[in-house]
Amino acid sequence: MNEIEKKYSAIDASCRVPLLVLFGVASVWLIVGLVLAIIASLTFHKPELFGNCPFLTYGRVQPAANDAIVYGFAIPAALGVILWIFARLSESELLLPLLPIVAANIWLLGVLIGVVAILIGDSTGFTWLEFPRAGSILLFAAFLLIAISAVATFGARQERVLQPPHWFLLAALFWFPWIYSTANLFLVAWPVRGVAQAVINWWYSNNLIFVWLALVGLGVAFYLLPKIAQRPLQSRYFALFGFWTFILFAPWLGIPQSAPVPAWLAAASTVASLLMVIPLIAIAIVFVSAVRGVNVQCKGGPYCYARIATIFFLLSAVMLLVTGEPGVGNILGMTWYMPAQTYLQIFGFFAIAIFGAAYDALPGVMSFELPFPGFVRWQNRIFLLGLLLLVLPLAIGGIGQGLKMQNPAISWHEITQGMLIYLRFSSAGLLVLLLGSVLFALNIFVMTAKWQLQLAKSLAASFAGSFEAEEVKS
Amino acid sequence: MKTGLRVFLGAFVALGFSWLGFVLGPVLQLGTQGQTTVLNSSQIYPNQRPGAATLGLQVYRANGCAACHTTQIRQDGVVCDVALTSAGSNPSAVNELVASLTLTNLTKPEADLVSGKISAAGGKTETQIVPIGADISRPGWGLRHSVAEDFLWDNPVQLGNVRVGPDLSNVGLRYGETWELAHLYAPASESKTSTMPPFRYLFTLQKIGATPSPDALQLPAGFAPAAGYEVVPTEDAKNLAAYLLSLRADVALHDAPFSTASAPAGGAQKK
Repeated sequence: MNEIEKKYSAIDASCRVPLLVLFGVASVWLIVGLVLAIIASLTFHKPELFGNCPFLTYGRVQPAANDAIVYGFAIPAALGVILWIFARLSESELLLPLLPIVAANIWLLGVLIGVVAILIGDSTGFTWLEFPRAGSILLFAAFLLIAISAVATFGARQERVLQPPHWFLLAALFWFPWIYSTANLFLVAWPVRGVAQAVINWWYSNNLIFVWLALVGLGVAFYLLPKIAQRPLQSRYFALFGFWTFILFAPWLGIPQSAPVPAWLAAASTVASLLMVIPLIAIAIVFVSAVRGVNVQCKGGPYCYARIATIFFLLSAVMLLVTGEPGVGNILGMTWYMPAQTYLQIFGFFAIAIFGAAYDALPGVMSFELPFPGFVRWQNRIFLLGLLLLVLPLAIGGIGQGLKMQNPAISWHEITQGMLIYLRFSSAGLLVLLLGSVLFALNIFVMTAKWQLQLAKSLAASFAGSFEAEEVKS
Repeated sequence: MKTGLRVFLGAFVALGFSWLGFVLGPVLQLGTQGQTTVLNSSQIYPNQRPGAATLGLQVYRANGCAACHTTQIRQDGVVCDVALTSAGSNPSAVNELVASLTLTNLTKPEADLVSGKISAAGGKTETQIVPIGADISRPGWGLRHSVAEDFLWDNPVQLGNVRVGPDLSNVGLRYGETWELAHLYAPASESKTSTMPPFRYLFTLQKIGATPSPDALQLPAGFAPAAGYEVVPTEDAKNLAAYLLSLRADVALHDAPFSTASAPAGGAQKK
């Protein structure tokens, strides 16, 4: 092991416990979230199933599943990856490592409170913001604690010039506290009046699901692609341009064309969706120049993950942007096409980018190989199959639903019946994604157990050692 | 870039712009909105929902009804219909003229032209405003598009994002309380292949006492409880039904006009 490798292995090792805790929390909630999503989708197979059980009725389980996946899985996993990337880019060990460990436990409690509250009927009623006050306060505090550790590590960097992943990930650290506090203050703590609530809710949803996930996912992809290919990002200026234009335009998306609000709001979203073509082209150029001419045998490993994730991001962004055009938006709005786009954004783009980073980080961080290295490639394939079964039917069904809604001669009953077959396919997609997630969790938990065993052994050895030393002395 | 400060400042400005636009803007514009008056009338709109309906909104929220139901009616625009109100002193000439003209689906200038011609012949007309669009044409869904005023007193505002089930903006115009309660208890009793989950937990199944409960549901065979038992709605179920019945946007407003008499018929003519 040469000097550089030694240095990085010390950096990786400093992230060990925070990453294990954050990934552990994330993988548990991913499984819980997908199980809840499957329970929700059972309604489309047998609607009367949970008629006597208020906790499992569709309207409660569906938001609980969404929140478990985004707040339980996506955010803690993202924070873990951000800590690791910042430590490596700074060439510094993780600073204040106790903060993320404590914060991950607070986060876990916050999500637990939130999900249980939704199931017992204490949801706030706002999309993506269903957790009641007690849960949100814990999440907010925990996020800040982890951000402090991340920013401290960032400040300790050796090379002062910022790298592209720095821009995206720093912006993400700043973004979430702002949107989360605004949404909670204006909607839950001191609710504003009338449909202003709905506008703020759409602003928050878009900034969380589209913008925040994109900032993290792209930051991760733009870290992994050059790292694994072992050559710097080729088009740094396009990346910079793409970053600035993205954060300038993307927060203006998300107001549906049909909304019963002043027309200028939806018009602003339309203009933004047009302008968003600029950052998308820039990001596509960065991506192509990063992967072109690179001789990496990715074999279903982290490089594949980063590549697939970026492609899915471009796809999901295009799916979203077309709905900004009023004609298209009026057909596709309020249909299953919209959830299909959200699923692609979360599972196709974001989750795959995060899994790639986790699989790239873990062997170094733990200083032993993954217990099931074959699962990496399998999970990749399983996720692609799951996405195919989940997103494609919902998108196609949604387009059909939207076109049928334009024709009042087709009865509403016929429209919902026509959607059923697509919804049933999507349940199968969720099931397949659950299988892939179990593979991820198995790697995480067997690793954690192995590490704990090692720790216990070395503790026992040092204890025995000191005992022997005592004997020699006497 | 050499400092993180620039990224923070840039993100601050970028997000700040959209915050001003989509948070502060609506709060200033819509958050101070007050009641308005119904078109051509001094009646105030909207009134506070009745007490039971206000409580019912919380049942609607708690059970996540908005996960499947929107309350947003869309509209493509309006057209004008010209109606003959009086044929005047020379009915045959006026009727002949009317038969030769197109009276429906007109723009405002066209409508003015047509009414001008008819009044020149001695007839009297009335121009009616008819909203058009797929949602409006769907029977019972709405007389006009939803507007911000419709939700003035609601907290939380439950617009919904996906139409898994039908839009509920005007469900109060479509059905009565008996129908709503039976449908909540057993959606399949009202529509055989409904995909809506039943909300049996909002009802109590009880032995019929000395006198049957006046609230007991009248259910069709196959859904009715065993002999000697009755299904009685809980307070939550009654409140939810009251909320659903209060969902009715049936008055014309300045920003959503329509003419009461011909609106449903006119809407059905289009498409």
